[in-house]
Amino acid sequence: MADSLHVEVRLRVNGRDTVVRAHPMARLLDVLRQDLHLTGTKEGCGEGECGACSVLLNGELVNSCLLPVLQADAASITTIEGLSQAAGELHAVQQAFLTHGGAQCGICTPGMVLAAVSLLERHPNPTEAEIRSGLAGNLCRCTGYMRIFEAVLQARRRGQALESSA
Amino acid sequence: MFFTSFTSFMSPDMPRLVGQSVPRKEGRAKVTGQALYVDDVTLPGMLHGVTVRSPVPRGHIRGIHFGDGLPWDEFTIVTARDVPAPNRVVLIMDDQPCLADEIVNHAEEPVVLLAHADKMLVEKARRAVTIDIDPLPAVHSIDEALEGGTIVWGQDNIFKSFLVTRGDVDSVRDRDDIHLVLDIEYETGAQEQLYIEPQGVIAESTADGGITVRGSLQCPYYVHKALVTLFGLPGHKVRVVQMETGGGFGGKEEYPSLIAAHAALLARKAGRPVKLVYDRAEDMVATTKRHPSRTCIRTAVDRDGRLQALDIDFIIDGGAYCTLSPVVLSRGTIHAPGPYFWPNVRVRARAVATSTPPHGAFRGFGAPQSLFALERHMDIMAATLELPPDEFRRRNFIKQGQTSAVGQVMREPVDMDQLLDRALTASDYHAKVKRFAESNPHSRVKKGMGFATFMHGAGFTGSGEEHLASVVDVEVTAEGRVRVLAASTEIGQGTNTIFSQLAADALGVELDDVEIVQPDTAAVPDSGPTVASRTCMVVGRLVETAATSVKAALIEQGALREPYTPATFKDACARYVAEHGPLRRSSRYQPPPGVHWNDEKYEGDAYGTYAWAAYVAEVSVDTTTFETRVDDFVAVQEVGTVIHPVLATGQIEGGVAQAIGYALYENVVWRDGRMANAQMTNYIMPTSMDLPRIQVFFEERPYAYGASGAKGIGELPMDGVAPAIANAIAQVTGTMVCRIPVTPEALMEEMLAPIDG
Repeated sequence: MADSLHVEVRLRVNGRDTVVRAHPMARLLDVLRQDLHLTGTKEGCGEGECGACSVLLNGELVNSCLLPVLQADAASITTIEGLSQAAGELHAVQQAFLTHGGAQCGICTPGMVLAAVSLLERHPNPTEAEIRSGLAGNLCRCTGYMRIFEAVLQARRRGQALESSA
Repeated sequence: MFFTSFTSFMSPDMPRLVGQSVPRKEGRAKVTGQALYVDDVTLPGMLHGVTVRSPVPRGHIRGIHFGDGLPWDEFTIVTARDVPAPNRVVLIMDDQPCLADEIVNHAEEPVVLLAHADKMLVEKARRAVTIDIDPLPAVHSIDEALEGGTIVWGQDNIFKSFLVTRGDVDSVRDRDDIHLVLDIEYETGAQEQLYIEPQGVIAESTADGGITVRGSLQCPYYVHKALVTLFGLPGHKVRVVQMETGGGFGGKEEYPSLIAAHAALLARKAGRPVKLVYDRAEDMVATTKRHPSRTCIRTAVDRDGRLQALDIDFIIDGGAYCTLSPVVLSRGTIHAPGPYFWPNVRVRARAVATSTPPHGAFRGFGAPQSLFALERHMDIMAATLELPPDEFRRRNFIKQGQTSAVGQVMREPVDMDQLLDRALTASDYHAKVKRFAESNPHSRVKKGMGFATFMHGAGFTGSGEEHLASVVDVEVTAEGRVRVLAASTEIGQGTNTIFSQLAADALGVELDDVEIVQPDTAAVPDSGPTVASRTCMVVGRLVETAATSVKAALIEQGALREPYTPATFKDACARYVAEHGPLRRSSRYQPPPGVHWNDEKYEGDAYGTYAWAAYVAEVSVDTTTFETRVDDFVAVQEVGTVIHPVLATGQIEGGVAQAIGYALYENVVWRDGRMANAQMTNYIMPTSMDLPRIQVFFEERPYAYGASGAKGIGELPMDGVAPAIANAIAQVTGTMVCRIPVTPEALMEEMLAPIDG
């Protein structure tokens, strides 16, 4: 597309401020993957059904395939690459997915992990029904979700253990 | 015992890794988003490819029109004229062209390929190409294919047929002791694999005139063979590399050969790398699905409820080209009689041609279709005989020493009674049947219980494994790293992890000392395709034996002495490599002793071994909305040794989930040979809200010729879920439930039929 149509969009991605030049209707997904080389965010369907492209936008879980980048102007975005606090360390949810078999083929995993993080922020002590509805926008074809539910429950327990020891 | 002798390889101070749920080998890369899938890779100068497809199911191509307003000279354009002769994707029959030439045989058949550096522009160009086609009559159903009014393939629209006979089916009906003869027809629909990562490859020409392809695929050597043949290149000039693969389920078994050929044609013509990645709609509308099927079953049972004769007519719809239909048909045929002893059997099986895109490999591979029919039929027979369905099955389970329909003597212990007991107990089956019978009359939402008992043969069917003659290499480096070289791919099921466990145990080293080399035909031997529940059982065994040869070489040359520790093992590797050079050993598949299959007679040991299972479904049917929910699910199976409990449980749970979709939700709607609902919006797979608790139980009976005693596991859970659910729905509603998926619309029609009629 002609450069004249492009606009400057300011994004705070994984804690770092950045400015991208993009078509205003470019999908946030493409800007993340192509312009910022953050390929951990995946495209599964391009129509907002599968959730593989989920990112956190100002703390809210969104499908980045449905979001025109202009709408993300000045927003703070967290992708899977920005989830852990320190390089080489895993977030409690990532660790729980690893330990409890929450990831199989891995293509839904970045989106699913972010959905689980978002869920635990809203419901620090979720019921099974809350876990199920919290992950309902993220499809997984490998696991049948059971190991993912288990990972979320274990991440919660781990989080609680950390809190009580602090 | 194999198991004991294997244990003796171990150093006494090393814990066994087999049986432990160690962390997934590539798990860290996956949970952090660092794992690289094909669409995550961009090569310098890379173009984006697209495919222009046939708008009609069948016809003569009259012309290809490139619309106005696009800079066509900037595009790389490939048609059938650019394809080296013969224009074929090699597989079984070699009937499928790379690109349609003169005639199209199915809707969405590829005709033109385009590539351009601008991804948006190439998509615009795809829409600007018009293919002028004079339509020809098409075939849209199994019935139309068999009637033969229009011939779309060969002489008679039949890709392959089998006839299995044992005893004398025809004389049984008239015998005095025959109490019941029942004749019913069953149907199953197509199913989309729906891996969350769509199909894709990147192809590039190499300086020496060769081709390198990286892609999302299950079988690197299938793609290698297809490209070597198509381009007439020597094997070493074609390199196929498997990238991290976001699910396969069979869908990335044979189809990647076609998409790789397309990308390679574009890359060779353009002289630049070409990425060809499908979007979801294209993937759903154009790639393979599970074969739709129709099964007619006629049975005869004696007064004691013992099965006397089985007569099956099993038909699968293969779509427009043969692809893997003959082997899908074969597995479906051999599994059709189920886990029962039949004194008299006839199975007539046919794979027919229609005008849809070719159907292909999908977890279960023909068995889910024929077992749905049989397990539904078992319940209908039991109800007609007024016998409890469990008691009826118990009278007829096949036992050790008995012979299957294709003449396989069951040499290993088979204990279906025990599996069924455990499943019925775990699900509280009998108490719930009683309770629901009391509560249902007063409730709009009615509850029911159903189960299925079944088996799945592990590894390639018949002489398949002997023909494959798979090879695995294991090598050690001077640093004491153990490298496993195999073409078996990690597609989510856990190949990397279990191979690491098996190699580490065989050599007495730590898990992290083992490296699984990325499947790359330039680097790894051909350990066969990643299909047929064979990776752990068959290829894993080769990993063990190759690793054991490495250890034997170290000991023979005096570099290693038992007992040893991982640290002294490393020293031994360094010593060996310094003195003798690289240490690498191969292991090639040898059939287990006494296992024989006769291809000509279609008779013998169809599989080295079987996994056995009993699954129970608890369902609710809303009699106002006709929606069915599965409320609880119990899966009990005997799968040999469980190598990794978390991975094995995940395989069963994922398979059960996919099969619940097959039973209730996943409905491919065909319109003029084309999938009309090629979107996740209206092709419905189960979400986290739709699935019940899935309780998984394993019986472990080590198989002497599988890796550390393992049998195949991946496909098994696909086979028994749909009939268990259908049996439960039938119990609740009193309807026949002879077709899946049982959508609310289908169930409404069936439940209201007597009132309307």
